[in-house]
Amino acid sequence: MNPKDALLSVENISFRYNGLQVIQDVSFAVFPGDFLALIGPNGSGKTTLIRIILGILKPTRGRVVFMGEEMGHFSQWQRVGYVPQKATHKDPHFPASVREVVAMGLLSRKRFPRFLNRRDEASIDRALELVDMKDLQDRRIGELSGGQQQRAFIARAIVNRPNALFLDEPTAGVDAETQARFYDMLAGLNQKEGLTIVLITHDIGVITKHVNKVACLNQRLFFHGSHDEFCSSSIVQQLLQGEHHLVCHRH
Amino acid sequence: MVELFSYAFMQRAFLAGLGVSVTCAILGVFLVLRRDAMIGHGLAHVTFGGVALGMVLNMAPMPVALGVAILSALGILKLKERAELYGDTAIGIISSLGMALGIFLVSLAGGFNLDLFGYLFGNVLAIDPGEVWVAFLLALAVLATVAFFYQEFLFLTFDSESARASGVRVGRLDSLMAVLTAVTVVVGMKVVGILLISALLVIPAAAALQVARNFKGAMALSAGLAVVSAGVGLISAFYLDWPPSGTIVLVSGVLFLILFASRQWVKRLGGPGSSQP
Repeated sequence: MNPKDALLSVENISFRYNGLQVIQDVSFAVFPGDFLALIGPNGSGKTTLIRIILGILKPTRGRVVFMGEEMGHFSQWQRVGYVPQKATHKDPHFPASVREVVAMGLLSRKRFPRFLNRRDEASIDRALELVDMKDLQDRRIGELSGGQQQRAFIARAIVNRPNALFLDEPTAGVDAETQARFYDMLAGLNQKEGLTIVLITHDIGVITKHVNKVACLNQRLFFHGSHDEFCSSSIVQQLLQGEHHLVCHRH
Repeated sequence: MVELFSYAFMQRAFLAGLGVSVTCAILGVFLVLRRDAMIGHGLAHVTFGGVALGMVLNMAPMPVALGVAILSALGILKLKERAELYGDTAIGIISSLGMALGIFLVSLAGGFNLDLFGYLFGNVLAIDPGEVWVAFLLALAVLATVAFFYQEFLFLTFDSESARASGVRVGRLDSLMAVLTAVTVVVGMKVVGILLISALLVIPAAAALQVARNFKGAMALSAGLAVVSAGVGLISAFYLDWPPSGTIVLVSGVLFLILFASRQWVKRLGGPGSSQP
């Protein structure tokens, strides 16, 4: 693929924190429609890399070009959705309804005044329907199960119809059946809505059913390629050091 | 009851009391959920230093206290960020320094006087028309700012990382929230006093959060509880000669206990929210 067509270009990113090298010289590109799994052992820098890509952290070296804009000057926030790590572990007492949580996602596209109009309400309805949460919209977010909360956070991330969705271990603490349904839903959004997805996960066995690209990080980028290349790569198995049970299969 | 409002001093007391209580209640919902509830307490101590400084310099205490409180609020944020301190530690340092400054200046000036006691314990029944308007307009400005930035404040209170990844300028809004809290504390010192203003920032919000099902509901209930507390406090002060500031806070405490008990009761019956610890 032509690098100029990339939706996201990560160029020679390095990051040091408290004297420790967390990420070193990482470069890769994500293209429109990709469903990329970012994998690696605990502490390998996956979350840090996503946070750099999204401008939450500044890299020590290198640059991120996202949708044609360098991250320091990025302005198209409404085209990006993000579900952070441990999103479901937020304060269970927080008095926000599911609908209010989804509405938060609209903020990036709103100008002052930021009051919600009819179009915004329709966007919220659509996002809730996509994740099958319309019936639970008035429930307090902390009262929902882990899987239901996760769907609410996905709805918040896609309420603006973004071009790219970033998820950081979205199924941590969610039961296996809910995980499977969750990944089917993501695959549907990827295929039907053309949503580009970058997913940090440890669930390699499940993910290899849906993703088309895999990036393997352990401070450096050890692998970046297609699903099939990943499945036949021996270096990946060594790198994961038995942490993941790898089952490569397609439906 | 009508005769109560025929007195100009009671009209002023109600205007200032309700304005300050509602502002504290609305802002308090954000502060409590951000685990910043004690910032009001800390800034109140600093305000004491500001009032003492104004008196020593022979200047109007309120503007001096306002400047000192705003600088301290921003100082607390910077201290948290730069010195990598926990929020309560930063508040503890700044508030005790503010209080120490106040004691030092009062001592230099020859000890406490009646005015200073008025600021410490509040004296809403003696508030003059100029102070009422200043308090009312500042409270209105705080409420208007919160309404204007409602979506941003809600997002960063709930999930600051996602807010940042949505282009929300979290650092600037944190500073704005700290400044609004400082203004509210200073505005409230004439109504309930420096020693009790933090109660109005915390108790109605904490009471509302016992039962609220959504964020707007929490803010509306918190404001409603503040209105009841201020109303009962002022009416009791008029008819029973009770101290208004203490009564306002005690009524809010009773309302908290009622909502807390009702939630426990609902939990026992297995109603909404019963799954919560």
